[in-house]
Amino acid sequence: MDSGPALVSILRQGSTLIASVHTALDDTQLTRFQRDLIEQIGVRRSRGVIIDVAALDVLDSFGLRTLRDIAEMARLRGATTVIVGIQPDVALAMVELGLGTGAVRTALDLEEGLAYLNGTATAVDPAAPTWR
Amino acid sequence: MSEDRNVVEQAVADVPSVDPQDEEQLLPQLVAHLRDNRAKLRQEWASRIQDAHLLQAMTPQEVAAETTSVYDNYVEVLETGSVEALQHYARDLSERIIPRGVETHEVVGIVLLLRDVLARSLFGKYQQDFSMLNRVLDAYEPAANRIANTVAVSFVDERERVIRQQQDAIRELSTPVLPVRERLLILPIIGVLDTERARQLTEQLLAGIRRHRAKVVVIDITGAPAVDEAVANHLVRTVDASRLMGASVIITGLSPGIAQTLVTIGVDLSKMNTIGDLQGGLEEAERLLGYTVSRQEGFAG
Repeated sequence: MDSGPALVSILRQGSTLIASVHTALDDTQLTRFQRDLIEQIGVRRSRGVIIDVAALDVLDSFGLRTLRDIAEMARLRGATTVIVGIQPDVALAMVELGLGTGAVRTALDLEEGLAYLNGTATAVDPAAPTWR
Repeated sequence: MSEDRNVVEQAVADVPSVDPQDEEQLLPQLVAHLRDNRAKLRQEWASRIQDAHLLQAMTPQEVAAETTSVYDNYVEVLETGSVEALQHYARDLSERIIPRGVETHEVVGIVLLLRDVLARSLFGKYQQDFSMLNRVLDAYEPAANRIANTVAVSFVDERERVIRQQQDAIRELSTPVLPVRERLLILPIIGVLDTERARQLTEQLLAGIRRHRAKVVVIDITGAPAVDEAVANHLVRTVDASRLMGASVIITGLSPGIAQTLVTIGVDLSKMNTIGDLQGGLEEAERLLGYTVSRQEGFAG
């Protein structure tokens, strides 16, 4: 189950972990990715996690739930999660299917995600519209 | 039955056969007649056009100029039998007169009038010799019909081309995604949103967010006359999809009518960030992005 090359690279950049998903993952691989990432958060003492899904042209409900679970587990371990690089087609397909990222932050790309985690991003939170 | 046919064939055979040489002479002879009487016939045609109240969108001078060249082209086609030059001319003419509001029935009308005027003139010339008249008309009618057909088809083709061109232009213009400031896009929606346009709009917006690395998008629907449930739901999905790409959306310009409709039909817009007008939306977007705009003292305006 744990054999085979890693389909997700987990890199450290300061106090942030950057996980790039290179290819579509099946459920087993997703579970393995989740376990690896949560483990790394503790090992590296990370405060932020960026999951880059730019290479994916499809995101199914299980994949999204895993990403949401990762974000929640990361929060419990003291790290904030940002999902970056959702492609326009993927975004459109997700809303057509009624799927979302829940409370998890999204950003345009890796750069934006890093900027958000480093607190230098402009104070726009797409998940929380301002009320009038 | 077969006997009847024999009789008919007999009758046809009884008609004095036309000398092929003579037949070929017929059209040139006819053309020469039309050339000789050009001024008179053209005058008559122009007055018939006026009597029929056609081409009223054009000035008398323009009508005179156009009728002259149509007449010459007409006679030329009769002479050469080639409609290509006429096709070209008819297209040019249509291109000139369509923007003036000339209708299809007018164009067909004037060509049929000319056909009529010329036929009458030929009738007048050959009425003494009945068999000659028949042959002249036999030569003239098919050519005249072909000309009328060519002109009408060219005109309609040109009109359709103009319509297609305008449709393409509208389609391309209909959903511009405009960068206003760094990371700030405006998407003004003008005209009726149907499902196809709404889909196209979402696609262009998402592509625009990526291209311009936008963080805030202002969608202004001041120019949309009505929003129904399908379109409202599509707007909600557009907002969600933009959010997934890391951009927040502000909707502006909801008219009182649209606001009432949306609440009455019960579309869930609780996730939407809406602001009264485009100006307010831009101000809010600038605030979100950390811009402050201030007017320098001492400037008029």
